[in-house]
Amino acid sequence: MSELWQRLMTTPQGALPLGDWVNALIRMLMDHNGGAFDAIGSVVEGLAASVEAMLLALPVWMLMGVFVALGLWRLSWRFAVFVLGAFGLIYVMGFWHQTVSTLALTLSATCLSLLLGVPVGIWCARSNVANVMVRPVLDFMQTMPAFVYLIPAAMFFGLGRVPGILATVVFAIPPAVRLTSLGIRQVNTEQVEAGQAFGCSAWQLLLKVQLPIALPAIMAGVNQTIMMALSMVIIASMVGAGGLGNDVLSSIQRLDVGLGYESGLAVVLLAIVLDRITESFGKGMAARQSRAD
Amino acid sequence: MKPSKIVVQNLYKVFGDQPQEAMRLLKLGESKESVFHNLGQVVGVNNVSFAVNEGEIFVLMGLSGSGKSTLIRLINRLVDPTSGDILLDGQSITRLSAKELVDLRRRDMSMVFQSFALMPHRTVLDNAAFGLEIAGVGRRARESAAMKVLEQVGLAPFARKYPHQLSGGMQQRVGLARALAVNPSLILMDEAFSALDPLKRAEMQDILLDLQREQRRTIFFVSHDLEEALRIGTRIAIMEGGRLVQVGTPQEIIEKPADDYVRRFFRSVDTSRYLLARDLIDPGLSPSFAATRSVPPSASLNDVLHSLLGEHDPLTVAEQGGSSLGVITSSSALRKLAEHRLRDTV
Repeated sequence: MSELWQRLMTTPQGALPLGDWVNALIRMLMDHNGGAFDAIGSVVEGLAASVEAMLLALPVWMLMGVFVALGLWRLSWRFAVFVLGAFGLIYVMGFWHQTVSTLALTLSATCLSLLLGVPVGIWCARSNVANVMVRPVLDFMQTMPAFVYLIPAAMFFGLGRVPGILATVVFAIPPAVRLTSLGIRQVNTEQVEAGQAFGCSAWQLLLKVQLPIALPAIMAGVNQTIMMALSMVIIASMVGAGGLGNDVLSSIQRLDVGLGYESGLAVVLLAIVLDRITESFGKGMAARQSRAD
Repeated sequence: MKPSKIVVQNLYKVFGDQPQEAMRLLKLGESKESVFHNLGQVVGVNNVSFAVNEGEIFVLMGLSGSGKSTLIRLINRLVDPTSGDILLDGQSITRLSAKELVDLRRRDMSMVFQSFALMPHRTVLDNAAFGLEIAGVGRRARESAAMKVLEQVGLAPFARKYPHQLSGGMQQRVGLARALAVNPSLILMDEAFSALDPLKRAEMQDILLDLQREQRRTIFFVSHDLEEALRIGTRIAIMEGGRLVQVGTPQEIIEKPADDYVRRFFRSVDTSRYLLARDLIDPGLSPSFAATRSVPPSASLNDVLHSLLGEHDPLTVAEQGGSSLGVITSSSALRKLAEHRLRDTV
């Protein structure tokens, strides 16, 4: 310690070995908590594998049909036609299998993000201390370059889907936390008082008043989480997460502009479909609430 | 004398982090302003005592910031008192545990809010059934109870609609139905009709008075509108700066306002409309003066004027078959009327 102090005093530039400390921390975590990481890893792998197996088990026409039907129900017949065209194009370009893998990765990462993010968001809404502590962490998670998460994730969990999904979860949690917390805090005081005045317990207040009224905001958070997750699972191909990201990555490695364009287009089409459909859920609820306040 | 439904004794509420220090100053006789100036503590309710009779509509009036919204929330303990006691049916509610409090709110009291505070994700029926659902009443029973109260407020055809599909007045009828559905003996109404336009407000007041004729509940009603208070109030309490200035029947308030603050409420209100036959008695004439016609003491001003017009004889004021309370002459009625009309315009 005194050596560090001396260097800081004499030649301060580059004297602080923060990176070394982080390396030491990671090594220590790996040495002492290997069992915990293995357990987490196998749970995540189990989830991701079963989501992917489920999606791939469906015949192509049925999976496409589900999305077309969702588009028809939530938006319009025009959007349903667009969904059919978009997925048809992906299929004929030969990217269907990769797209389904990417969809599975995105859905798995989104599920985990919401499973962790929504309770933290509820906690932040109920406690100012929690809010003050969590907010800078979220800012850090969101602004840290996404690639940086891949390295420790790969060290802890090896290459493959698991580090990709977990790095994605870190990147995609913030909107889930933020919008859940915001939604609950925005519930009108008199609505909360009404819940209490009619004898709600703390749980009843949360489940019957606060969460339902916050649902449009939470759905906006779900939408953003899905979008963040989709962008991150592409990057996560660098640690072998698979899916469309592999094609994007190999197009870069081989300087194959055509492949890059095709795989990129598949990502964009998938993003549009997911975005519009999840957005419509939040909007429908918001319209119902806007005039009731 | 009817038993008291609510008794409030020396109630204080201080908002801030040093309530005990603020209490010490208040008890030394310091004002709300000086407590805020010296300690930064906000005094919401300052040594308030009163009683609400069973079955009456008790209207608490005051300007904004007078502490009336705090006081109504102290009664169902949405706000906890700093000091003092509140008795409901003779039982103190200030020392109830959280569980007992939840139980009391589910069983015996409900509330209607200024902004309606309906749940936008629930249908009108589910909103009306909200209190019963919270109390654990089964679906079939709570829906039939909710349907019954929706019929009372004239909203049965809208049971399957959502709140945003209704007008403001209809939304507040849902708020009223929600409060009635749990069949409470006490309903707290916080500026319940203030957000409505004057016509809708009068309509809601009529609904409330009609309901009150059928099933007597105790209603604690907060308002800043004197006409509303005079119209629906059995008794009226007036609050200023966290203190109670005056409590009395509408007649007592308009006849003997305690101070200029109370009088200020009259400025835009024609108080003469709320005069009754008993207020118009000629103090110079003996009650035994023989008049040929009589009116009951609770007859309205308009009834008295109708009887007086075109006739020269005075009117006896008496309950049916009772003895005379006094006599109204054209000049005593005119004098009283002038007193009110001219005071209001000054």
